[in-house]
Amino acid sequence: MKDLSKIRLFEAIDLIKKQKLKSEELVRYHLELANTKGKDLNAFITVLDDSIEKAREVDQKIQEGKKVGLLAGIPCTVKDILMTKGIRTTAASKILKDFIAPYSATVVEKLEEEGAVIIGKTNCDPFAYGASGENSGFGPTLNPIDNTRVPGGSSSGAAASLAAGIGLFAIGTDTGGSVRQPASLCGLVGLKVTYGRNSRYGLIAMASSFDTPGILSHTVREAAFIEEIIAGKDSKDATTYDLPVENYFKKLNEIKNLDKVKVGVPKQYFEQGITQDVKQAVQKTITKMKKNGAEIIDVSLPILKQGISVYYILVPSEISSNMARYDGIRFGRKEEDNYMQNLLKTRSKYLEPEVKRRIMLGTYALSAGYADEYYKHASRVRVKITREIMELFKEVDILVGPTSPFVAFKLGEKSNDPLAMYLADVYTVNANIAGCPAISINCGYNKEGLPIGFQIMSEKFSEAKLLGIAANTEKIINES
Amino acid sequence: MKYQPIIGFEVHLQPKTKSKMFCTCSAEYFGSQPNSHTCPTCLGLPGALPVPNKEGLEKCILLALALNCNINKTTKFDRKNYFYPDLPKGYQISQYDVPVGEKGFIEFDIDGDSRRIRITRVHMEEDTGKSMYERKKTLLDFNKSGVPLIEIVTEPDFVDVKEVDKFAKRLRQIVRYLGIGDADMEKGQMRYELNISLKRPGEKGLPDYKVEVKNIASISVLKKIIVKEIKRQSKMLDKGETPRQETRGLRNMDGDTVSQRVKEGSDDYRYFPEPDIPPIFISEEWLDDIKKDLIELPQEKKDRYIKEYDLEPDSAENIARNKARASFFEACLKSASKVEDINEYAQEIANWILGELTRLKKKNDVLYKDLRVKPEDLLELISAIKTNKITGTIAKNVLEQTFKTGKSVETIIEDKDLEVVNDKEQIEEFIDKAIEDNPKVVKSLEKNPNAIQFLVGQVMRLSKGKANPKLAEKMLKEKFL
Repeated sequence: MKDLSKIRLFEAIDLIKKQKLKSEELVRYHLELANTKGKDLNAFITVLDDSIEKAREVDQKIQEGKKVGLLAGIPCTVKDILMTKGIRTTAASKILKDFIAPYSATVVEKLEEEGAVIIGKTNCDPFAYGASGENSGFGPTLNPIDNTRVPGGSSSGAAASLAAGIGLFAIGTDTGGSVRQPASLCGLVGLKVTYGRNSRYGLIAMASSFDTPGILSHTVREAAFIEEIIAGKDSKDATTYDLPVENYFKKLNEIKNLDKVKVGVPKQYFEQGITQDVKQAVQKTITKMKKNGAEIIDVSLPILKQGISVYYILVPSEISSNMARYDGIRFGRKEEDNYMQNLLKTRSKYLEPEVKRRIMLGTYALSAGYADEYYKHASRVRVKITREIMELFKEVDILVGPTSPFVAFKLGEKSNDPLAMYLADVYTVNANIAGCPAISINCGYNKEGLPIGFQIMSEKFSEAKLLGIAANTEKIINES
Repeated sequence: MKYQPIIGFEVHLQPKTKSKMFCTCSAEYFGSQPNSHTCPTCLGLPGALPVPNKEGLEKCILLALALNCNINKTTKFDRKNYFYPDLPKGYQISQYDVPVGEKGFIEFDIDGDSRRIRITRVHMEEDTGKSMYERKKTLLDFNKSGVPLIEIVTEPDFVDVKEVDKFAKRLRQIVRYLGIGDADMEKGQMRYELNISLKRPGEKGLPDYKVEVKNIASISVLKKIIVKEIKRQSKMLDKGETPRQETRGLRNMDGDTVSQRVKEGSDDYRYFPEPDIPPIFISEEWLDDIKKDLIELPQEKKDRYIKEYDLEPDSAENIARNKARASFFEACLKSASKVEDINEYAQEIANWILGELTRLKKKNDVLYKDLRVKPEDLLELISAIKTNKITGTIAKNVLEQTFKTGKSVETIIEDKDLEVVNDKEQIEEFIDKAIEDNPKVVKSLEKNPNAIQFLVGQVMRLSKGKANPKLAEKMLKEKFL
């Protein structure tokens, strides 16, 4: 008898196809785990027990010798901010507590077309607003490595469940680091691709010009494999690009080592706010890259520091508009007969504090008399940051640094200080501001055994290169 | 008038498109079951995204071109944020600082003078849903939500109701002519928003107040409102009062309005670029492609008809007004291109089209596209009359035959032996019969020489219209006078 807890993505695909393992068996195991360990961690908002039926269908097809997809019978999880047809989709907010999605997100459809079995909708910060998972209208998620700590956010449940061995990969979303930061805090790989590479259709919008569906996995290879499936132009999302999807998985083998790879290290990354253990682990990784042939180039990009300010003006601005549809007519419960009174009461009652905070920030930043100073000014700085990062990529292949300035922190530690919480995104937001792809890989642990993430960023639509370099970096980290 | 009216407009126009502006739902919602033309996008469901409709945008560009606007090379959509029950997303996708077209104009003739009204901007946006009030409840129908709308904003250039009338009709004509939309007022496909104020004698610049009237769905009501509003404001100004800056709503179809909302300053819609739709680049190639649909407009046609073909102004206007009619007229001219004196033919063609052909079309409810009369037929008919081959009366008959059967004019004239009888002997026979049948008239001829016309008529009747009437008259006169 196989130890089901040890089976990872590629082995599972292989075993199921060769009929050495039934998808039903694997999915049942993961569902059980979701209902026990997953519940303890509060990683799920909805566990889809009926998904066992889908596993059976896959097994049936394989038995009959019918063609099956690339992810046939593979259990996975989807962040509850992506629409799943006929299934409750809450965005982890009480205002959508009972909302049944009438259609599926494009990335969900693509996974299901390849036979993936979604076993649950994972918890997250409400509408993805947060960096710890603590803002969720369904309660905080715990970090499986240390239950007194947060798993990071906003894709908190995605990271916590995968790190706990539930599901073989997880789909999250990344607006300012929401895939990479929890991956970092839970010792996983987190991939955010170029804005416009993955469809946003069916992703409940946080900040439309930043949101990107992403992947949490155990290895870079797994991430490359999944990305190839979910990427591509979508006629339902006007911001997706009509560029062919590269064969990311196959191309991993084309980059065999880090020889001559130009690695840019922005000095601003190590100046302030970074904790010592994170700094050491990241610098150690850079040294290893150098030993393996990479060319380390110190770069200076003072404007990177403006990223967090730009982010927390533009993102709430878009949020304030995206949230307007939750007006208490079709979502939430009716509280008053009068439209305006009902609007005020429903939103007051059902929206979480962080959601309200961002709506207020954004409404202010867009208001007449303030828009010039805030929204428009930040938009201009966004263009400048993007341009300077693009310039830099003429000299270097990648930019590296920490994913998060600190390891997983204690539950409640930063809840009363929103500004401190916002700084959790300081290294990740720039990739979203510029629309670049970025990946977080684990580069070690601190003395308490808490994982540390290493972030690699590259120019737009260079996912193949990014994944290839990340896979090699992952290899040399694991070698020592 | 003591005060000078200052009037400006916003017109909302629904272009004819297959689908809504940002989703694939059908835009032909009129009369459908409520909420039957909806999808996640036009219902504003979480996660749904807008994808702009190329057809809608092209029609907007075409109209902007027709209104002589500058077309912005890169245009973009913006969000206009406000809460309203029938606005499902809490914002309307519209255009703010970079509309499709800017700084255009419309020209028309008024009292023999040419008048130019400046167009501030032409932009693309989406319609909202519809609120219906039933007892104490509000019902929402989202069929209209997301239907494309083109907004046209004018400068406050109108000084009286006559100009407004001309403008509104001209605009509607352009829209229909270019196939941009049906501009069916009853279906709300063209709606007006009026802003009006009065300038006191000697006042410089624009008045210090502005009254808005929204949601006007007919040109006649629009005119009534303006007349009443000028009266209302004049009275206030007479008393030394300044009318309030306010939005007024229509109370009835007689143009009476009632104050709805007093405006202090302007609304804050917190416009910002729509992040779900990338900016749209309007390339020269694309623009050239759209310009192919920019056919000659009625006013230009009218001017050309008068200039080139010496048409009477009224005829030119009436031909040019209707696109299908103008096309038929031009097709006739084309087949007449070999004729020496084309101008003489042009007026004849216009007369026949505006007269007999229009009468037949109306009577039989036939559209130009289904017309069986070919341009060559009309030409043949006219030249048969000119050469005295057939009479005018016969010609009408022939046209009706062609109209009904589709047989060519030439065939009908030959088949039915309709050619004019010029043979004196034959006419003599008809004359003899007429004299025999009407002895009293013949007797009265001495006292009343005009009775000869009656006999001519009888000859025509007996010859079934074929006798050359002039010849018959001449022969009768020779006989009796």
